[in-house]
Amino acid sequence: MSDSKYTGQDFKVVGTRVKRPDGLDKVTGRARYGADMNAPGQLVGLMLRSPYAHAKIKKIDTSKAEKLKGVKAVITSKDLPDLTDGNAGLYDTLENCMARDRALYDGHAVAGVAAIDKSTAKKALKLIKVTYEKLPHVTDVDEALKPDAPAVQPRYAQEGQPSNFMSQGVFGHGDIDQGFAEADVIVERSYKTGQTHQGYIEPHACVATLSPDGSGELWVTTQGHFSYRNTCAQLLGLDFAKLKVTSSEIGGGFGGKTHVWMEPIALALSRKANRPVKMVMSREEVFKASGPTCSTSMEIKLGAKKDGSIVAASAVCRYMGGAFPGIWGTLGGMTAFACYNIPNNKAVGVNVLCNRPKVAAYRAPSAPMMAFGVESTMDQLAKELNIDPVELRLKNVAREGTLAPYGPVWGPIGIEPTLEAVRKHPHMKAKLGKNQGRGVACGFWFNIGGQTCSDLNIGADGTVNLTVGTIDVGGARASLGMIAAEELGIAYEDVRVNIGDTSSLGHNDTTEGSRGTFSSGMAAIFAARDAVEILKSRAAKMWQIPVESVVWEDGTAKAMGAEHGNLPPLSLKEIAAKAGNTGGPIAGHHEATADGAGVSFASHIVDVEVDPETGKTQILRYTVVQDAGKAIHPQYVEGQFQGAAAQGIGWALNEEYIYGDDGRLQNAGFLDYRIPVCSDLPNIDTKILEIPNPSHPYGIRGVGETSIVPPLGAIGNAISNAVGVRMNQVPMSPPRILKALDDAMADANSSEVA
Amino acid sequence: MSGVHVTTTINDDPIEYVCPADESLLDVLRDRLGLMGAKEGCGTGDCGACSITLDGQLVCSCLVLGAEAEGRSITTVEGMASGEKLHPLQKQFIDNAALQCGICTPGFLVASKALLDENPDPTETEIRYALAGNLCRCTGYDKIVKAVQAAAKDLRKQNKKK
Repeated sequence: MSDSKYTGQDFKVVGTRVKRPDGLDKVTGRARYGADMNAPGQLVGLMLRSPYAHAKIKKIDTSKAEKLKGVKAVITSKDLPDLTDGNAGLYDTLENCMARDRALYDGHAVAGVAAIDKSTAKKALKLIKVTYEKLPHVTDVDEALKPDAPAVQPRYAQEGQPSNFMSQGVFGHGDIDQGFAEADVIVERSYKTGQTHQGYIEPHACVATLSPDGSGELWVTTQGHFSYRNTCAQLLGLDFAKLKVTSSEIGGGFGGKTHVWMEPIALALSRKANRPVKMVMSREEVFKASGPTCSTSMEIKLGAKKDGSIVAASAVCRYMGGAFPGIWGTLGGMTAFACYNIPNNKAVGVNVLCNRPKVAAYRAPSAPMMAFGVESTMDQLAKELNIDPVELRLKNVAREGTLAPYGPVWGPIGIEPTLEAVRKHPHMKAKLGKNQGRGVACGFWFNIGGQTCSDLNIGADGTVNLTVGTIDVGGARASLGMIAAEELGIAYEDVRVNIGDTSSLGHNDTTEGSRGTFSSGMAAIFAARDAVEILKSRAAKMWQIPVESVVWEDGTAKAMGAEHGNLPPLSLKEIAAKAGNTGGPIAGHHEATADGAGVSFASHIVDVEVDPETGKTQILRYTVVQDAGKAIHPQYVEGQFQGAAAQGIGWALNEEYIYGDDGRLQNAGFLDYRIPVCSDLPNIDTKILEIPNPSHPYGIRGVGETSIVPPLGAIGNAISNAVGVRMNQVPMSPPRILKALDDAMADANSSEVA
Repeated sequence: MSGVHVTTTINDDPIEYVCPADESLLDVLRDRLGLMGAKEGCGTGDCGACSITLDGQLVCSCLVLGAEAEGRSITTVEGMASGEKLHPLQKQFIDNAALQCGICTPGFLVASKALLDENPDPTETEIRYALAGNLCRCTGYDKIVKAVQAAAKDLRKQNKKK
């Protein structure tokens, strides 16, 4: 096994601000995203979707649609036999891709068509007759846990539990009852958070080609083409090796492109029509039928001594996972108190079903909601104790050696340094005006490693192709090229990084959990070291000396020892030029399950101004401090911090799925589901702390997710400091803030009267 | 539906096409003419990913019919660079890391150019409001605003020399 310990080396390429290889294509309109591919003879695929939140599908009559000229294939669940062989998760995916006996949410696919053009496909959809029998539905997480709530998935209902209770994760240590008994001050609060969507600007899109012999190709926008390949092949009874999946440029994912949605249906339509089928979701379909994040409701309780030592903490948070079981509550439970060292703590994350689309990951999935509750309660505790909120956090901060609530003992971690940096930041001393307030909050995310396989090939001219199987959402090709260049001792410009398709590399796990640069970076290092061994042996051959006498330094082979000392070094280019005569192509390879992902922490500062007339909150100033581990490309790391903070700001202030009493989504578009626009935000200042991850040769942690965690709590705290009302529901939208202000006014008036 | 014959100008090139009367200009550009720089993010004029200019005016091409282009002059992101030379906005977007996934980038470039054509020295607030019709989910806009400011400076320098 390769040594993955941090080496503390000095870097030449890593840490600089090179240009990304895909930049030119992306500014000229040439980059090809999911919808930018066409295949010869391609058909247009469209989906018919349920207009009901919950309904029995009694009959689907496709005969008229099939007879329409130009329609080449129509598919219902009858065309998708259950090949999942008892694999419950896979069956869930099958059922989510196309409803079987029941439609489980507004937008659930019930039939698909492939036709010669879009207008014919649209006409065909209208000719499909579905006979539904409406069933009672539930879309609210608390309603779903009531004893008389309609069962979303009767097959998962458990004896003695509400039918929509799926599972729960319980984490922590110590004895919370004893802890709270010892506390001088206890603060207990309830919160709710709305369901949000990742809001990637590129809708799901693919071009599927599947031949009757079971061989096929899929061009698709995805965060994990290998897992898409495996899932599609399993659902359709194909051999993995015969389905080649190529990931397009991806127009944002944030977790939402980690699962298949309509791709297996596109392949099934293609197989039936024996022609390529292109499917592109509309924005409405993206909102209704891809994988948003959970809505939640929770109770958070903190107990502290008068000196500010927190002696007990408890959290119970219910996560609405949509119509299929997930692990979202479990993940949230693990993150609840990760920033702190609390002797007695317990967090419960409950997984709940509702008649809403199947939830997918969204950037640090499940952590922002829990952090909203914990960080809001933390500030209220600080107020009760009359201690500065930053000081309270620092007093109870987790450090190296602290037992993490979910089991491990922390190694070197960055929460304390981020809080120290916040305390010293000039932002904290800036003056505030009327109706303005400042808030601080912290956040944690795990980051993951996972299966990774990379190839590095050196051309005859000494330039290098690194082929990786993780996809590039935000500049990973640049970072990975820098890492390979660093390791080989050559210029960044001499390395070109490509994303390989599923037939060109071994399995790579989906690019999620901020694993891309961590794991493919590790694989790039070891593939490069593999190639260096070959380069050394070729140099030895060229010099006709033993390979043991050759070392690799600064991109050159050097001969060691007095007897070889006068041999001039051989550069990588010189060795590559002779490869044909010294044993053939020079390449390196690495495959492994990358362990040792480094956890990451962030602390944010935000200033807001609340307009008491309208309830609108304006973000005046925002500062992100995050521990990134080694920042390979600092500019792109800043970009991750800023983007994550902006998503958190949207979540905190505006974004929310709104369901009507009929169980239908009322705001499935960017006009009514409002993500932050340019004029909503100020510049977002960033401070990168580089606390190396000891389990990665370059000290890399993940950077992409953590900074979506603190904004909800930070903004809630800032609003409270601005106008004196504590918001217990996200989004903290103008109507909710106005109501809170009115309620506070009414309370004040009634106490005056009394 | 019978087609409409359209004669128009796109990025200074004379172009002719036939499209159904109800087809959007965005679909014409992408599916008939192979100009895939403009993207469909929403199809309802909310995201700006399909931004183009029509007779110099910034529009969402998803809200314009292909048939409406008759006799007009269209510019798209494909027309921004001249030969090997990138437009200063394109260069500054790369240099300032103003793109991550890049799907919104063509729309932002077209919208930014429309702004700078009108107002060569915009304030930060003017830039932020001018670009408020373009959604970006990756960057938080910070680096986009900085790239536009840098490009505006480049363009002012360029124009002084002329």
